[in-house]
Amino acid sequence: MDNQFSQWEVFIQKKNGAAHEHAGSVHAADKNMALQNARDVYTRRNEGRSIWVVPTDSIVASTIEDEVVFFDPANDKIYRNPNFYKMPKGTTNL
Amino acid sequence: MQKNESSISFLEKQFQEKINNDIKIEPKDWMPEAYRNNLIRQMSQHAHSEIIGMQPEGNWVLRAPTLRAKKILLAKIQDEAGHGLYLYSATETLGIDRKEMIEQLQQGKAKYSSIFNYPTLNWADIGAVGWLVDGAAIVNQTMLARGSYGPYSRAMLRICKEEGFHQRQGYEIMAKMMAGNASQKEMAQDSLNRWWEPSLMMFGPHDSESTHSEQSMKWKIKVESNDNLRQRFINKTVDQAHHIGLTIPDKNLTYNKETRNWEISPINWEEFWNVVKGNGPCNRQRIAHHTKYHNEGQWVREAALVFAKKEMEIQ
Amino acid sequence: MNSTNNALYNYCLRLADNNLILGQRLAEWCSQGPTLEEDLALTNISLDLIGQAESFYEFATTFTEANCTADDLAFLRSEREFVNNVLVEQPNGDFAYTIMKQFLFSTFAKHLYTALANSSNQTICGLATKGLKEVNYHYMHSSQWLIRLGNGTDKSKEKIQFAANDLWCFTKDMFEMNSVDTLLIEQNITINLSTIYTPWKNDIEQVFKIATIDLPTDTNKIIGGIKGIHTEHLGHILCEMQYLQRAHPGAKW
Repeated sequence: MDNQFSQWEVFIQKKNGAAHEHAGSVHAADKNMALQNARDVYTRRNEGRSIWVVPTDSIVASTIEDEVVFFDPANDKIYRNPNFYKMPKGTTNL
Repeated sequence: MQKNESSISFLEKQFQEKINNDIKIEPKDWMPEAYRNNLIRQMSQHAHSEIIGMQPEGNWVLRAPTLRAKKILLAKIQDEAGHGLYLYSATETLGIDRKEMIEQLQQGKAKYSSIFNYPTLNWADIGAVGWLVDGAAIVNQTMLARGSYGPYSRAMLRICKEEGFHQRQGYEIMAKMMAGNASQKEMAQDSLNRWWEPSLMMFGPHDSESTHSEQSMKWKIKVESNDNLRQRFINKTVDQAHHIGLTIPDKNLTYNKETRNWEISPINWEEFWNVVKGNGPCNRQRIAHHTKYHNEGQWVREAALVFAKKEMEIQ
Repeated sequence: MNSTNNALYNYCLRLADNNLILGQRLAEWCSQGPTLEEDLALTNISLDLIGQAESFYEFATTFTEANCTADDLAFLRSEREFVNNVLVEQPNGDFAYTIMKQFLFSTFAKHLYTALANSSNQTICGLATKGLKEVNYHYMHSSQWLIRLGNGTDKSKEKIQFAANDLWCFTKDMFEMNSVDTLLIEQNITINLSTIYTPWKNDIEQVFKIATIDLPTDTNKIIGGIKGIHTEHLGHILCEMQYLQRAHPGAKW
């Protein structure tokens, strides 16, 4: 019976201080293999300085059906935006 | 909403509207089964092409004539493996796993680009594969990057970016050989003679003959027709060939000033279908190679899994 | 050429030939790996090694006639002129055999480059420092596979143990020295290879222990690489590798 190992999602930090961004996935049998495979597959052009790998199974995702319920409620909360507030004329450094 | 015929047609309508408005479809979105199956077919075929494409190039990696050429070719073949891998991953988001796709390839249920069923017979073939085959692939992939399925489109963007050097290195090999001695020139021309027509066939049958085209265009899996893409490729390539002194092996090649297109002889589609059906010079060899090394790796994969399981138990 | 330069030339060829031949062997794995990911990993190591070979050949050309290039050294010398260790020219065998060969060599290279990173010769020092980063990764990659295979199935354990036993007789060759070494050791350009034998063996023993591989007891030693005395395999590697350069003398590629 063939196996191709389980799938892992790869996140790469490109520069010091930057966030880890999703790069793609690899197959691997264990953690070390997943890290090394991610390195060999996704950083051959000097794209990385740090790698996270996460078993794909461990990712929980919202679905498109959730979109309206999850995100629409946030689109009328304009008081979270700095431009919502009127400052007296001439105010500086704010 | 009721689960009945009308709800399906409602979903389909909504789906088509999204596509019309250039909204990408993501893995968990509702999609018609035919869209899913069409994508699985096309994407896995694309992935297999990258993987099988490693073989004709690998045929010369041990014989590359300089250290530089060896490094470039190795890096290029490595990219093909990487691109196959990205594409398998993108296809896996549609609910098929890599194991199954590999099985389909080995059992002949899934196809790959017929171009890789031709042999690489001299070093110039490595040039021709990069220049013509990757050149044709880039034309095609730039189009696919605008396609409707998010993971496929993203994989294409990454692949197009990385393949930037593939075509250039191929053309560089051809240019060097055309600037070289008589036997190098002969090899280069011989290579173009053999690869020219197969590379034109890479864009698939004429629009009027293409079975999947119409639906694929409607779903924006493809956004341009085979014949348009082929013509764009011909126009670019003919000029490049002339620039380094190569002759396009087509006596009827003429430039149409009105359309600004290079016009070619009719393509030998009999040959094309014959190779697609499995009768090309290397069809059997390619699949036999893939199957052999896949099977030889079986004990390694098994061992790694057993080890991983033991590790988990210790933790 | 004065005697130091002559020795340096010869020493660079040794380092370059080892890397090139092993890199060429690894390139044979192209499209044959046990997984797609491992195919990429083996090619990556191959690319590192060929890159290192090129750098050492380039340095070697500074001691030769003006027109000699790195490619001339790689593609126009015959098997008696190659001075790589016999270990690296051994056939790949199966995946276990390749990984074992890689591990035995990378462990050696790790200790050698660590020492050469203190060379009194600036170029050697620079190339060793750069190469060491790559070699450390090769060591990590191969040792982890050794541990997986040693602790995997009965079949994988048997294969990896066979590889250790079979390759052991070629490892002594890596520690052979001649007058080239004597001269360069005097000037602190290189080191006495016997000083890294124990650290090399300690690493091997440590990883073998985790991988449950028995240390081979084979006392046979097959040596001669630095004198250009090789096993029959090298000639075939060169035949293939040098084919185009030999068939079209003077052609530019």
